[in-house]
Amino acid sequence: MSQNPPKFAKPPRWASTLLRWWADPNTAEEVEGDLLEMFAYWQQTAGSKRAKWRYALSVLKLLRPFTRKKKSYDYPKTYLFSHIMIQNYFKIALRNILKHKGYAAINIGGLSVGMAVAMLIGLWVYDEVSFDKYHKNHDRIVQLFQFVTFEVEKSTYDVMPIPLAGELRTKYPDFKSVVMSKRLSQVLAAGDNKFAKTGSSVEPDFLEMMSVNMLAGTRNGLDDANAILLSESLAKALFGDADPLNQLVKIDNKVNVKVTGVYEDFPNNSTFKETLYITPWELLLNNDPYAKSIENDWDSNSYQIYAQLKDGADPEQVSAKIREIRTKMDDPPRYKPEFFLHPMNKWHLYGDFKNGVNTGGLIQFVWLFGIIGVFVLLLACINFMNLSTARSEKRAKEVGIRKAIGSLRGQLISQFFSESLLVVLFAFVLSVFLAAAALPFFNEVAQKQMSILWLNPYFWLLGLGFSLVTGIIAGSYPAIYLSSFQPLKVLKGRFSAGRFAAIPRKVLVVMQFTVSVTLIIGTIIIFRQIQFAKNRPVGYSKNGLIEVKMNTPELLQHYEALRLDLLNTGAVKEMAQSSGVITTQDGGTTDISWEGKSPDTQPLVMHNSVTHDYGKTIGWQILQGRDFSRTFSTDSSAMILNESAAKLMNLKKPLDSFVRASGRQYKIIGVVKDMIKENPFSPVSPSFFVVNYRNISVINIRLTPDISASEAIGKVESVFKKYNPGSPFTYSFADEEYSKKFGTEERIGKLASFFAILAIFISCLGLFGLASFVAEQRTKEIGIRKVLGASVANLWGMLSKDFVLLVIISCLVSIPISWYVMSDWLKNYKYHTEISWWIFALTGLGALGITLLTVSYQAIKAALLDPVKSLRSE
Amino acid sequence: MKRTFLGEFEEVILLTVAILGEEAYAVTVTQELEQKTGRVVGFSSVHTTLQRLEEKHYLSSSMGGATAERGGRRKRFFTVTALGRKALMEVKQVREELWNALPPQTLQLMGI
Repeated sequence: MSQNPPKFAKPPRWASTLLRWWADPNTAEEVEGDLLEMFAYWQQTAGSKRAKWRYALSVLKLLRPFTRKKKSYDYPKTYLFSHIMIQNYFKIALRNILKHKGYAAINIGGLSVGMAVAMLIGLWVYDEVSFDKYHKNHDRIVQLFQFVTFEVEKSTYDVMPIPLAGELRTKYPDFKSVVMSKRLSQVLAAGDNKFAKTGSSVEPDFLEMMSVNMLAGTRNGLDDANAILLSESLAKALFGDADPLNQLVKIDNKVNVKVTGVYEDFPNNSTFKETLYITPWELLLNNDPYAKSIENDWDSNSYQIYAQLKDGADPEQVSAKIREIRTKMDDPPRYKPEFFLHPMNKWHLYGDFKNGVNTGGLIQFVWLFGIIGVFVLLLACINFMNLSTARSEKRAKEVGIRKAIGSLRGQLISQFFSESLLVVLFAFVLSVFLAAAALPFFNEVAQKQMSILWLNPYFWLLGLGFSLVTGIIAGSYPAIYLSSFQPLKVLKGRFSAGRFAAIPRKVLVVMQFTVSVTLIIGTIIIFRQIQFAKNRPVGYSKNGLIEVKMNTPELLQHYEALRLDLLNTGAVKEMAQSSGVITTQDGGTTDISWEGKSPDTQPLVMHNSVTHDYGKTIGWQILQGRDFSRTFSTDSSAMILNESAAKLMNLKKPLDSFVRASGRQYKIIGVVKDMIKENPFSPVSPSFFVVNYRNISVINIRLTPDISASEAIGKVESVFKKYNPGSPFTYSFADEEYSKKFGTEERIGKLASFFAILAIFISCLGLFGLASFVAEQRTKEIGIRKVLGASVANLWGMLSKDFVLLVIISCLVSIPISWYVMSDWLKNYKYHTEISWWIFALTGLGALGITLLTVSYQAIKAALLDPVKSLRSE
Repeated sequence: MKRTFLGEFEEVILLTVAILGEEAYAVTVTQELEQKTGRVVGFSSVHTTLQRLEEKHYLSSSMGGATAERGGRRKRFFTVTALGRKALMEVKQVREELWNALPPQTLQLMGI
């Protein structure tokens, strides 16, 4: 064993190197020596090749992760996770929090606001994503849609011809059930209780398909034609605490039906949330002559069709099968309907179609707010990190002393982690309460009825998991960086973090302000866009215009008498009737032609039936020609176009030209200014107006401006009570209805501004903390400068300069980002505002102003300090 | 101290260290083991077992002086501690008790 190894063979060098690097340092020396000896021995007993092989194998087995660690007994062992030390960490953490109450408040407050916002957004996203999940078969339910080509573009409609349902039922085995449905808005009366409510007329299979939860009665309740199912809330409203079963309800003062069941109200996040009652489809067929007349008509599209697919049937494939049902028949219509299925899981979030392609829908907002939530949370985390790193440099001495008396690095790391975890935990608890407190307000803005999921384990798991991650991320910098200090340097008192230590902090501040400024610019542009559309001339006079839907037959017959009575009240200036309310555009026709129309196109022109007094009532503006008038008996075949229609027809002399619409000849007597009846962000569709006293469903009333609206309404109501005693008097103001068109945009605007304000608040909170930290750090420097003659203004400038520079950088970064994003958003609107430079300038100046305000407080406070005091202790 | 527990390999190594006396270090133990038992023993397992035995306080170790033949690297010599001797004795005793408890006919069957 003591012979020298033969010179010609040496153990593989890589193995020796590996051993030197990775073997347990406590035993490295003897192991290296032993192995050399063993190599020589193996060479003798087994030959060089085997010896090398065994040597390498032994080395590999002795490398650190595989081999046992030789415990060193030179020092007493310290345990990383000793119970007492952990207790001590929390004690120190609590003391630290209590000692620096201001910082702790900023830290915990900022973080909890950010977490609360994230929680609210999370709840909102959860609510949106869980839409329609109430219906058990949501995976298999589809609604029938059709693409229709009028001109070039494909439009999308959810109304279907009635015979399609039968066709699907009999010829396509992929469907488990198919039901017709019509949305209703009727007056229900039981005894003295009368309500105008919304509901649905459906075929009986609907109940099974949508898993309607019957509280009384059974799902067979629709088998009888004269039956009605009430939702729980409506049953309560109609019958109070009495048993509603088998009671009679009168619909629209016409038909008596028997209550055969009560079902649980559909939840708020269901497409059918407004279906407060359900009547049988047969009832509709029996009482609605129009529905009966089109029962076998393939080209009248009026009602919805829902279907449930069999297990394993793919909506896409079935769509492909049914696409050409109509176009393959004889005499296909010229608008080329293409049927397809829209699965229930996509109804709510992917409801938009453009030219035959699904373009998303609400899902965009889910993403938008999800991203905003993540950013707000990120801002709060950045604050937390910045403040704790800034603060932690003050604790360098503590680290030095701890190390000097024997702390291991691992212990310091767990100390800092436990501190940040504690703070995050406080913030989490606070944020749950904040979120609960803000929820009512948030619900109102977002038009939801959400509640904190107190009992949902996932909510808590997610919240706590997130807190843990935040705590670890935020605590990681101080934990890892501070614990690496060398006690000698730190305790010598010459500790400085170095020139570049503040750079990550600065980068984070820039990031924060970039996000905040981008959000603010976005919000301003959203509001500008809403304002822009609101300022668009509507083409009629909205104020003092009320509209009453004629949903009972009593109102239909007495046009003249009603009009006279209303005018005689003195509260009404003018009254007319029309086929639809002024704020929506109902139907149109493609069966229209005029002189010089090219035969290739089939434009859709909107159809409006009105009475003679319509123009005067709504106050439209006639550009050419004249209004309808009773003095011309020929006006029964006269037509008034709007500007867009006149432009579409491109007639040389529109007046007195003839137009054929739906098989009748009309003479154009006037052109009116475009009236915004549909989306205020898109161009006005070409439309025409004709006099027709039968095809009407709405009474338009212009109130006199001389008396107050409430008084006038009272007078109008008394007239209506006389003519229509069976129904409640329900009316709507045109201007209110019109402003509802901005609902989505205003909601986004409000939410975005809410988040933008919070973002800037959180960022400023962080800045405030940082500024006070910097001011504190430079107390001595400021003292010396003051002694040497610096003025307060000088010092203020010096302290603010750094932060102002950061904010300027972030403005420069955020301007192109926000310009890019917002110009993309504006492209969604045909009518949109321009992004002008002053928005950026204003936002930038605003951000600078806020920054200066935040920083100045600390800067001036520091600059006003008495140098004697700040320099005394040296 | 509770009943000692020694694995078979541990027992063999502990015995070998006792046999080698002053000269016991990882290399000699490995070679001795190979020669006595005829089985090829991995060096790394000998090394780890020695360490484990030291942790269990059956062995104690001390570094020897610098040596010329292995690049000046010192050797770690092992000696059996009192506890180790006691453990060996106990193992031997258990074995003997078990042998003694064997019924004579079985012994005969085994050809002893």
